[in-house]
Amino acid sequence: MSTYLKIKNLTKRYGSLTAVDDLSFEIKKGNIYGILGPNGSGKSTTLGMVLNVINPTSGNFEWFEGKTTTQEALKKIGAIIEHPNFYPYMTAVQNLELVCKIKGISTSNIEEKLAIVNLSDRKNSKFKTYSLGMKQRLAIASALLNNPKVLILDEPTNGLDPQGIHQIREIILKIAQQGTTILLASHLLYEVEKICSHVIILNKGKKIYEGSVKAMSSNYGYLELGVMEQQEKLINFLKNHDYFGEIEIKNKHEITVMLTQEVESATINKLLFKENIILSHLVKQNSSLEKNFLEITQNFKN
Amino acid sequence: MLNLLQIEFHKMRYNRATKIFLIIYFCLFFSITLFSSIRFNLGEINFQLAEQGIFNFPYIWHFNTYFAAILKIFLALVVISMISTEYSNQTLKQNLIDGLSKKEFILSKFYMIIALSLASTILIFLVSLGLGLIFSDFNEINIIFSEMGYLGTYFLKLVAFFSFCLFLGVWIKRSAFVIGALFVWWVAEGIIKGILTFRKQKYGIKDQISQFFPLEAMNNLIKEPLTKLGIVKSSIGVVNDVNIYWYQILIALIWTFIFVWGAYFLIKKRDL
Repeated sequence: MSTYLKIKNLTKRYGSLTAVDDLSFEIKKGNIYGILGPNGSGKSTTLGMVLNVINPTSGNFEWFEGKTTTQEALKKIGAIIEHPNFYPYMTAVQNLELVCKIKGISTSNIEEKLAIVNLSDRKNSKFKTYSLGMKQRLAIASALLNNPKVLILDEPTNGLDPQGIHQIREIILKIAQQGTTILLASHLLYEVEKICSHVIILNKGKKIYEGSVKAMSSNYGYLELGVMEQQEKLINFLKNHDYFGEIEIKNKHEITVMLTQEVESATINKLLFKENIILSHLVKQNSSLEKNFLEITQNFKN
Repeated sequence: MLNLLQIEFHKMRYNRATKIFLIIYFCLFFSITLFSSIRFNLGEINFQLAEQGIFNFPYIWHFNTYFAAILKIFLALVVISMISTEYSNQTLKQNLIDGLSKKEFILSKFYMIIALSLASTILIFLVSLGLGLIFSDFNEINIIFSEMGYLGTYFLKLVAFFSFCLFLGVWIKRSAFVIGALFVWWVAEGIIKGILTFRKQKYGIKDQISQFFPLEAMNNLIKEPLTKLGIVKSSIGVVNDVNIYWYQILIALIWTFIFVWGAYFLIKKRDL
């Protein structure tokens, strides 16, 4: 699976404030990632750095496995950041034409993308006459113009009314279904839960959790299991036992597995030992996403 | 390069304020030349500016470029607004996210500055040629096309001045403050030059410093043409040195480079 974005030890300091602190993660093709964190946790700063508008203090990042420059990479992705920024005196179509010129693509996609975000009937109105919801939808259309490999969305529903929020979410889900890789920053838990497959939780600029959303939201928690060898045997065992749900293979030695009922880790250890499977690592993680999120962020506040 | 110019043109063509300033600029441009060719009939006095020899070749190149350059402030407003609106609308940030590099952003502005200056230079050439052909006492080809260097220095004067505006625009961001800063700079340079001139009179030391100031450097590209004019020359009897020297052109070129590079440096260093 190809890596679209790799962030390594990225740090941004503003004077004594560390907005992003030694952050590393990867964005892989086809997944939908959520960056979750309270306001001021460094989400936008992180996105600003990979989008070339904020200079990192240290660390680095590379797009598309370092095969292109950041500037060329930005022409292949689509991004919207906090407020939709367009030229107020231009119409939607004129604004999008400009984006096409900057990205170096033909303008033939404009009508289609405006239709996706339901702006076709207002396409010749000036941007300054738009409501916030319409501005945000235009921003999405703009980000889609080049059929991006990666779509970056920073708080796309911020400040919108419930109807606007609903519209934006429908659009994002529609895009996600077409297989576009998405990186969504949000402080809203249910938004990430609804849309994303993977989640990265930030607090005060530090990464405090990374994993699949399912792992986080499982009611009975999940297990992290490590074996030196015998991984296949372990997986077969887990599959045939009704304690366990979905299995995610992290690498040759590590897997996570959902629990479908309440069970102690000691019980599981005993069970596996009987089967001659020796674990090198066993951790049980509890709780729902929300509880987890609050727990995780609270732990780090102290 | 052409693509960058197209991007900049796309931004300008739908902007009403820009269009209004451009129209004002070109209207003033033509009305001044028309004004000087009108014959005034004030009772006994029958006066036509054009008959005083200002439209004689090759003097017309000097005279017209000098006075047309004063109008550059209207084009400067266009330049300032094309920078400051990028900040106020946060579109600079969006441009970068869409894949324009910071260098390309500054270059697109600089190319537009070149284009505007070139358009103005071509216009002053055509207008002066037209007026000259109508009013000039000398119409030999080699006289018509002599002293054309003023067109070159006119072009450089505009480019240098607009680059100064570009730098201030990127630095200060808000158009009203940019215009204020430009004015303060102009006054400050005037005061310092005044002090230096005063010192020159008092101690007999020739002022060699003020020619290195940016606005003075731009002024030196086309010096005042009036003392060359027949009637003035005969009345005051002193002729200022109105020649342009190569090092004065170099100073202006260096300032232009500093301003454009400085704008790039500022934008590169800054978080948006």
